[in-house]
Amino acid sequence: MFSDFPLLSLVIWLPIIGGLLVLAAGKNDVLVRWLALAFALLTFLVSLPLYTGFDSSTYQMQFAESASWVPTFNIHYSLGIDGISMPLILLTTFTTVLVVIASWEVIQRRVSQYMAAFLIMEGLMIGVFCALDAVLFYVFWEFMLLPMFLIIGIWGGQRRVYAAIKFFLYTFLGSVLLLVAILYLYFQSGSFSILDFHDMRLSMNAQIVLFFAFLLAFAVKVPMWPVHTWLPDAHVEAPTGGSVILAAIMLKLGAYGFVRFMLPIVPDASRELDWLIILLSLIAVVYIAMVALVQEDMKKLIAYSSISHMGFVTLGLFVVFNIFEKTNSVAGAAMGVEGALVQMISHGFVSGALFLCVGVMYDRMHSRNISDYGGVVNTMPVFSGLMVFFAMANAGLPGTSGFVGEFMVILATFKANFWVAVLASTTLVLGAAYTLWMVKRVIFGKVTNPQVAELKDLNARETLVLGSLAVMVLLLGLWPAPLIDVMHASVGHLLEQAVRSKL
Amino acid sequence: MHTLSLVIVLAPLLGAIIAGFFGKVIGRAGAHWVTIIGVAISCLLSLVVFKQIIFDGVAPYNASVYTWLVSDGIKFEVGFLVDQLTALMMVVVTFVSLMVHIYTIGYMRDDPGYQRFFSYISLFTFSMLMLIMANNFMQLFFGWEAVGLVSYLLIGFWHHKESAIYANLKAFLVNRVGDLGFLLGIAAVLMYFNTLDYAEVFHLAPSMANVTDDFVMNEQWSVITVICILLFVGAMGKSAQVPLHVWLPDSMEGPTPISALIHAATMVTAGVYMVARMSPLFELSQTALSFVIVIGAITALFMGLLGIVQNDIKRVIAYSTLSQLGYMVVALGASAYATGIFHLMTHAFFKALLFLAAGSVIIAMHHEQDMTKMGGLKKYMPITYWTFLMGALALIGFPGFAGFFSKDSIIEAVHISTVPGAGFAYAAVLIGVFITALYTFRMFFLVFHGKERMDEHTRHHLHESPPVVTVPLVLLAIPSVIIGAIAIEPLQFGDFFGHAIMVLPEHNVLEVLAAEYHGASNFILHGLMAPAVWLSLLGVGVAWFLYLKRPDIAGEIKQRFPGIYNLLDRKYGADDFNDAVFAGGSRSLGRFLWRFGDIKLIDGVMVNGTAFGIGKLSGVIRRVQSGFLYHYAFAMIIGLLVLLTWFVF
Repeated sequence: MFSDFPLLSLVIWLPIIGGLLVLAAGKNDVLVRWLALAFALLTFLVSLPLYTGFDSSTYQMQFAESASWVPTFNIHYSLGIDGISMPLILLTTFTTVLVVIASWEVIQRRVSQYMAAFLIMEGLMIGVFCALDAVLFYVFWEFMLLPMFLIIGIWGGQRRVYAAIKFFLYTFLGSVLLLVAILYLYFQSGSFSILDFHDMRLSMNAQIVLFFAFLLAFAVKVPMWPVHTWLPDAHVEAPTGGSVILAAIMLKLGAYGFVRFMLPIVPDASRELDWLIILLSLIAVVYIAMVALVQEDMKKLIAYSSISHMGFVTLGLFVVFNIFEKTNSVAGAAMGVEGALVQMISHGFVSGALFLCVGVMYDRMHSRNISDYGGVVNTMPVFSGLMVFFAMANAGLPGTSGFVGEFMVILATFKANFWVAVLASTTLVLGAAYTLWMVKRVIFGKVTNPQVAELKDLNARETLVLGSLAVMVLLLGLWPAPLIDVMHASVGHLLEQAVRSKL
Repeated sequence: MHTLSLVIVLAPLLGAIIAGFFGKVIGRAGAHWVTIIGVAISCLLSLVVFKQIIFDGVAPYNASVYTWLVSDGIKFEVGFLVDQLTALMMVVVTFVSLMVHIYTIGYMRDDPGYQRFFSYISLFTFSMLMLIMANNFMQLFFGWEAVGLVSYLLIGFWHHKESAIYANLKAFLVNRVGDLGFLLGIAAVLMYFNTLDYAEVFHLAPSMANVTDDFVMNEQWSVITVICILLFVGAMGKSAQVPLHVWLPDSMEGPTPISALIHAATMVTAGVYMVARMSPLFELSQTALSFVIVIGAITALFMGLLGIVQNDIKRVIAYSTLSQLGYMVVALGASAYATGIFHLMTHAFFKALLFLAAGSVIIAMHHEQDMTKMGGLKKYMPITYWTFLMGALALIGFPGFAGFFSKDSIIEAVHISTVPGAGFAYAAVLIGVFITALYTFRMFFLVFHGKERMDEHTRHHLHESPPVVTVPLVLLAIPSVIIGAIAIEPLQFGDFFGHAIMVLPEHNVLEVLAAEYHGASNFILHGLMAPAVWLSLLGVGVAWFLYLKRPDIAGEIKQRFPGIYNLLDRKYGADDFNDAVFAGGSRSLGRFLWRFGDIKLIDGVMVNGTAFGIGKLSGVIRRVQSGFLYHYAFAMIIGLLVLLTWFVF
């Protein structure tokens, strides 16, 4: 029934129009909040048919739309989703609702602009996941940075200007290379269609150059070592909502770029240079986890933890070539890619929840320093229960979503290489160490700071936000099949593309 | 059987959820009733299952409940396998858990976290049942980590105590080191067997016996050996084998009921259960069995020695648990899996009894755990005294008591085992018998006999514990005395386990023992002619002499041999080493990587260096800059469009 209805356009433009309306509503903060919530909820509801109406038996793009945009250059407004992008869109619409609710009373300054920025950003991010035309993709990709830049720069902390500019310059640097790569592909193929890029032949040299352009563009976003240092600064300075969107969705865009551009467009170069990505992923898992261990600022710690967890995503995506070489079939490689995709969704929930937890404490104490806390469980038992739960999910406890992706990636990696699997598994110890050590110092222990003794437990609004995330984390951990089943066809197709030579 | 298994697993979970989320609503009595009823249902139904499988000859049940996920065409399922081994474990776990639930009413009576505690121990029962009833490796790992989580929550139950929250973090992390190996072992199973289902893996195992692969340094390694050793690393964490034993003594920071349930009777024996379950794999690797027996022997002997110098009553029992776990592991290494499980069972009863009796003493002493401040408690606490004595006699393997049968079987099995390392193990377990008797009766005499060393106030209030405490003691004392004599014949020499445990003919030490076995009383007589019994009586005698007859000598020995005493008192330096090297080392490394790698090198040189250069340049065009962020943003969009236009035309 949705075959002709432009559902994807609706999901993209509804929040953007909503954002503009919220902006127009201006000074009336109450109206602004309810309007923003209404649009966020509506967008979430409208995005649900993408799951219920999804046909998981095919890898073909679904809910596809196409219209000519700039005929001179063969640029199209073409949209479509597959089993890889669809869950990410739902993650975006779900998270935005929570962010709007979480910011309800916290943001008192320029409320309409704040809410508008999030709604517009939501639409733009969904646009990135839907775009099948490279120019359209690039436009969404670039414009998406602006609201985040403004969110950090206006509602951020002390060093917000430094963080915002660092964030912008870093990501902009990557983007420029992406643009050059896209233009090169256009001049070679005469089309801006991403699916056409997938099928075009490319020489090894061209592929290698494109590989590094893509790598820089997407590695900054993921982020991968050594282009990761913008993330801790951005997180620390960003308001809670900004951190949540940044961790839950923006980082996924980089990984999505690897899936949509790198593997299918430059498969031979990816195969040749997969060791580089695996190496950088392992550095993320081990080196960054060590750095996370010694952080004194909770947000920085979770930011480093994010980088470490994203290492599993890139690892899962790029072990496929090793497995293929060993077994000569893609049959054993799907688990790595599917694990990476599950890790993306799970990390969206878990890191988002942890940033919200820090936000809850920051709103009360105006400090993110671990040493200012201790014994929070005595005054905030409900909050502490949830925080320990999310910490356990972050440490990859089975039964939570955090386990599923890591488990699958480690299983797949073992097939590729024993030692890579050993190093990747150190996250079991290191991830638990930095997360639970923080929990020990913040949540448990005696109350030493008189401010902690005054803390009030979660209010209904905060309980709703954290509670719904906890439900998602638990559901996905106990029964990940509904999520993974929609991916099979698309991942199978992606693997075929990844191992098919284009030379 | 399907519904039965589901109810057994879910009843404690439901109790935990109700007590955990609605603790305030249902109140303290509500919380203990709902969880006790849940566990009681589990226990009763486990007995029904036990009867069906063991006595009625119902075929083992193996089926999946739901599909967790499918990837690469491999199904990951949640399901149950209930065979003889599982049925026995279910009865032990749910029975001890039920006793501990009842006991907790008395022990935690005045604790503000009453409901939370009941919720946790019920959640533990659920997790442990998931672990032992799993029919695949994925669910085994789920249960494995879930019991670890509850253990973490319970060790740190008194979260205001710095020592408790240090101990629970340590326990979790050390267990995670073991789990690292365990997870890799599971990954190896998946890689070579292409399934995680027990039945399929065990069916394929013989065909993998001679398969090798290059894991390390391009050397060919037997696949089965690598899998077994990796899995056993997990068991070393959970069952606290050297060198991953360091967390168990510290876990005594938790309330005593959980020391009995989790850190003595059930969770710590999960590793032993797992190896017995994997017997079709371990049997195929002589190397792995050797590794197992040597690790077990080291643990059995050296951890027992530490028990002699401890003054905290719970820590003595904790080191005893470590040592006894070593005995079980030694049995596994000698391919006497049934004996390992036999000792697991008798140990579950008498060690839970000892812990709960120690808890009864601790209540009476107003939460004083130092034995040097006790003494002469016999006349104040008769029920505790007699039940503790039953437990102690069972522990040292006094002829006729439960521990005697299981421990003597282990010693005999190791004696005739031909696995490399069995000779060392035999010596270790024999000396261990003497050590066990020494530390056990040192504790017994210090607590219940001799001078009353407590202060006047405490002495004045000394009295026997209430029935909710003593009834579980009595109920646990009964199996601690008789279960050995009853169970030895079917468990050791009969066909109790059927196909649940697989032993190759050339490793089958129990068959040799069975030929010499002529009934339980004969077994006792035979035991009297072997060294073990006499060593244990000697241990009791030495303990009596040193701590009751001539208490001054013990102090003199301590002064005469300060080196040995310090070595034991510092626990061979294992904690100091871990603190300095692993904990301290990774913190220093992390600090270096952060300060030098991230801040100095990447941010300092690469990022800000670039920015500085650009900053110089932009000083020239400073006038265009207004300082408003959205101007920058706007300028960037325009710049982008210009760039786009330039490229396109």
